[in-house]
This record gives sequence, C-alpha cells and structure tokens, in this order.
Amino acid sequence: MTAILKHREVLLTGVIVALLALIASRFPGFVAPHNLVAVFTDTSPLMILALGQMAVILTRCIDLSVAANLALTGMTVALLNTVAPGLPVAITLVLAIGLGALMGAVNGLLVWKLDIPSIVVTLGTMTIFRGIIFLISDGQWVNAHEMSANFTGFPRIQILGLPVLAWIAILAIAAMGLVMSRTVLGRSIFAAGSNPHAAAYTGIDVGRTQFAAFVISGALAGLTGYLWIARYAVAYVDIAGGFELDVVAACVIGGISIAGGVGTVAGAVLGALFLGVIKNALPVVDVSPFWQLAISGAAILIAVAFNARAGRTKGRVILKSAEHAA
Amino acid sequence: MSLADPDMTPVPRQIPDRLASPAAKLLKSWESLLLLVAVGVFILNCFASPYFLDAWSLSDATFNFTEKAMIAFAMALLIIAGEIDLSVASIIALCSTAMGLVMQMGGGTGALVFTGLAVGLLCGAFNGVLVTRLGLPSIVVTIGTMSLFRGISYIVLGDGAFRGYPSAFAWFGQGYVFWVITVEMVIFALLAIVFGVVLHKTNFGRQVYAIGNNSTAALFSGIRVGRVKMILFLLTGLMSGLAAVCLTSRLGSTRPSIASGMELEVVTMVVLGGVSILGGSGSIPGVVIAAILMGLVTFGLGLLNVPGIVMSIFIGLMLIGVIAVPRLFKMARGK
Repeated sequence: MTAILKHREVLLTGVIVALLALIASRFPGFVAPHNLVAVFTDTSPLMILALGQMAVILTRCIDLSVAANLALTGMTVALLNTVAPGLPVAITLVLAIGLGALMGAVNGLLVWKLDIPSIVVTLGTMTIFRGIIFLISDGQWVNAHEMSANFTGFPRIQILGLPVLAWIAILAIAAMGLVMSRTVLGRSIFAAGSNPHAAAYTGIDVGRTQFAAFVISGALAGLTGYLWIARYAVAYVDIAGGFELDVVAACVIGGISIAGGVGTVAGAVLGALFLGVIKNALPVVDVSPFWQLAISGAAILIAVAFNARAGRTKGRVILKSAEHAA
Repeated sequence: MSLADPDMTPVPRQIPDRLASPAAKLLKSWESLLLLVAVGVFILNCFASPYFLDAWSLSDATFNFTEKAMIAFAMALLIIAGEIDLSVASIIALCSTAMGLVMQMGGGTGALVFTGLAVGLLCGAFNGVLVTRLGLPSIVVTIGTMSLFRGISYIVLGDGAFRGYPSAFAWFGQGYVFWVITVEMVIFALLAIVFGVVLHKTNFGRQVYAIGNNSTAALFSGIRVGRVKMILFLLTGLMSGLAAVCLTSRLGSTRPSIASGMELEVVTMVVLGGVSILGGSGSIPGVVIAAILMGLVTFGLGLLNVPGIVMSIFIGLMLIGVIAVPRLFKMARGK
C-alpha cells in the first residue's frame, strides 16, 4: 500500500523533472537556479492553499470558497493598511490568519452542526464572500501607492536567497507534514475520511474533524490572502477569481482522492508544482496564456482517471457505484 | 457525524393510524411554501417600485430565469439521480464559441442552432462517458471539464469576441410569440411540462428516483444505472446547448466569459426547488416555482438599484438558507 503511494509521488516527481528537462532542451534559461526559485515562489500561494484543501478533501469534503476567502481577507488587510499604514506586518499576518480561520469556521460549522453537504456550503459562501468584498470596498480598487512599503515589501524580503513568500510556503509544508503524520488531529483526518463509521466507533468526532479541516483551510487561505495582495500590490473584487479550481486541480493531480482518506502532503505540493511549472513555462515556450485553463482542466481529468485506475488494480472498491453515490 | 447520527442508528419507522389527506399533504409541501414566498416577494416588489407591475417589465424580468431554468430542469433530474454537473456554464461558453465559428463561416440560423445543440450534446456525452464508463466521481469530472470547456473557448477567442449574428437568429432570445409572451417563456413552459411528465409520470422518472435513493439496489432490481445516468448527462448537455442558443441570441455576441458563474445559480435554483442535494427526492413543479422566485428576487433587487454582485450574496444566502433553516427547525424540535 505505502509502496504504491510512494510510487505515485515518485512518478509525479518524474513527470515534473521530465517536463523541466523538455523545456530546458529548448530554453536552458528556464532551469537556471534563479528562475527555478522564481517558479517556486510564484507557485507558493497555490502550494499553501493546496495543503489546506488537502486536509478538507481527506475528510470527504471540498472547499470551493478558498479563493473568495483569500480575496476577502486580502481586501480587508489592504483596506486596514490604507487606514493604518504603520501597523506592523506581524499583526497583519495574525489578523489575516485569524480572519481566514473565522471564514473557514463558518464553513466548518455549517458542515458539522447542520450536516449540509460541503459543496453546497462552500458554493454559497464563495459568492457571499465575494459579495462582501464589494460591500466593504464599494467596488473600488486598492492600488500599490495606497499601501505602505513594509506591507507590500514583506513577501519579497530575501533570506538566504529565497523570498519570504517561499519560506512561508516551506514552513507551511513542514507544519502540515508534522500535523498530518505526528498529531492526533492528522490521524483523525485520515480516519474520518477513509471510513467515517469506523472512525465514529473509535471515538473520533467526524464532524468536528471536518470542522478542524475547514478551519485549517480557511487559516491558510487567509494567510495567502495577505501574501497575494502584498505581492501583486493590488486588491479588487475579482482577485484570484476561479483560483479554487486550480487548488482542487493541484490536489487531484497530487493523487488526493476526492472520496477521502487517501493523499499525502507531498502529493499536494507536487500537484501544485506541476501546475506551477506549466503556468510559468507557457510564456517561455511561446504559448498563449489563454491555454492555461484548458490545460489545467485536462490535467485534472487525466489525473482523476489515473487515480481511479490505480485504485481499481488494488481491488479495494467492490461496489463502485454505491461508493460514488455516498 | 457522531454516534447519534441517523445514518448509523436506524430509527424504526412509525406507521401512522391514517395517512394525511392529499389536500393537507399538498398544503404542507415545500412547493406550497415556495409559492407562498414567491407571492410574498411579488407583493413586496409591487410596493417597492412603481415600475414593477407592468406587463412589459414583467416580461423582461423573465429573462432573469428562463435560460437558467432550462438547464435547471435537466440538472434537477441529474441531482435526483445522485450526480451533479458543474460544467454547465462552461458548456454554454463552448457552444456559444462554436456557434460564433459557424457564424464566421457563413452559417445560417439553422446551422447555428444545430451547432449549439450538437456541441452541448457532445459535452454532455464527454461528461457522461467519464462518469459512467470510467466510474469517476461526477463532481471532479465536471470541475475538470468546467476548466476544459471554458479553456477551449479562451484558446479560440483569447480576449476577443464574436459579433454580428444574423438578425433572424435574434428571434430565440429577443423574439415575441404573442404580445408580451417571449419565445424563451414558451420554451421554458414547454420544457417544464415535458420534464414534469418524464420525471413524474414515466418509468424513466421512477428509475431516476430509484438510482438516487440507492443505486446499488437499483442496479440489482434491473435498472441500467449507467445508461440512465448517461442519458441524464446528455440531457443536461443538450439543455445547456439550448440555453447557449437563447443566451447568445439575446446578447448578440460571444465572449469566453459568457455565463460565468451560472452553474452556481442553476444548482441554487434546483436546491431551492426542494431537490435534495444528496439525491433521491425533488419535483419539477418545485424547480419551476424556485426559478420564478429567483427571477422575482433578482428583478426586485435590480429595480432597487442593488448591484449584481450584492444580489449574489442573496443567492448564496438562499442556497445555504433553504437547507439550513429546515434543519435548524428540526434540531430545535428534536431537543
């Protein structure tokens, strides 16, 4: 079992390396260290969000509100920054994570206490969050010159050759790796997703675990919200519109089963990196950026078909249609 | 989910001394509640704006829901059968783009309509094959095709647009059959009847419910689950194609961002109409009333100069509210 799972991450790593080699054969500049750092940094928001989404999908839920959460948190801290430019970045970070976690908690409570399917809840909150951004910003943009220098500069500070944004992604990966493999919560997340009934009988509150997963996803979305706004130095209603699909795509490509219980931190990160390499390579190989949406759609379909085949050879799922209905 | 979950500790069904009379059942049903709310919103709108109660403005207001409702009928069947299609808005984009290409090649109105419907059917077939033949979960498949279909539109159009559809083509989205009765209204009414009959009066309809309630049991009782689901995906694709014809005809242009976010409104319409998102229950009359209700709410808010994005807050709240409120009542009663 672990051999197969490991095999999958190895395979995805191989695909990414092959992709890089292919691009490098034509455009050697793409694999220069400074460019690889740029690609990693550019993919950092996607990686951070994919980590949260992974936790949610593992518990058999889905969070489609992450991009809207990101945008609302980003707009809130941006507006706050225009009012109080002197606010230390540390406080902004805490606020962003807290606000994101709060929105995640709203999703989680609706799923946990009212037992509403997560797809309905997060489709709903997705539009509600976007609407609230319009209400608080009055439809206006917050532009670079309205933000203070330390607010926009923070994600770009270089430490040991890597920008803070990339370090935060690495930190998030390490933290999620620890949580998933070394804590009770992490194990409960896997248990709740692979067999909710068995998990309930072993004393795990499945609803509460799902709630926790939504809070993690929300907190990471909030964190990304500040980083995103600061990096691009602009905030508007539609920012990161449709990004939730990229996040789900990263997870599906990374081998996280939408049926819950199967997936790894490495998978989520590699899935995000795969999309990140493609996105950054398109302009280099002179393909219109308009191809990106179709490519990520095709990648989702190939990955999910591949996942299903891998699952089938294991011979675990007997009544397939019944499983999908559940 | 906890140990007290109804899934896990089955409560024996109580057999009542006598069944409720059909009239009482009808009064207590979700549909009558919706109708009541719709009438309430209608009356509120009359007070809110002097421009509301006018045959022409009401006729205009129906455009708010007719196209979405066409898809919602097929989506209702799909959700009752336990599947979902999130790619409908992207199917519209792809159909509209294909129609634009045919228009550029000099295709007439007939060719345009045929293209729209055929591409819709193809998209539905693509979703259906992936779900029924490969056994993939419909939610992931349609999230994937949602990107793929709209992505193809973006590849074709980039940031451009198709304009200059033939004037005869405008009939579908801008034409009137009689006085204030638009072509779209007629299509909407006809489809409501057809889907109502299919779901509630035919074997096929019963099979849809059976699959949604327990697809394994349905399979073992001789229902060809895969085939029924395939037909439903085809239907959803076809209806999205039809909606694309009407929408393109009404707007008179195609952009790759056409109908973006419409899948949400269609799902909201279906869920608001009393269809269980978990499958197995729901009715077409419910969806019809929900469509009209949503049209009335958006039109009313529009008359009050509420911007579209703020309206979407109401739609999101409605989507969660219609499921949450009955459950809250149930919880309050249970304690």
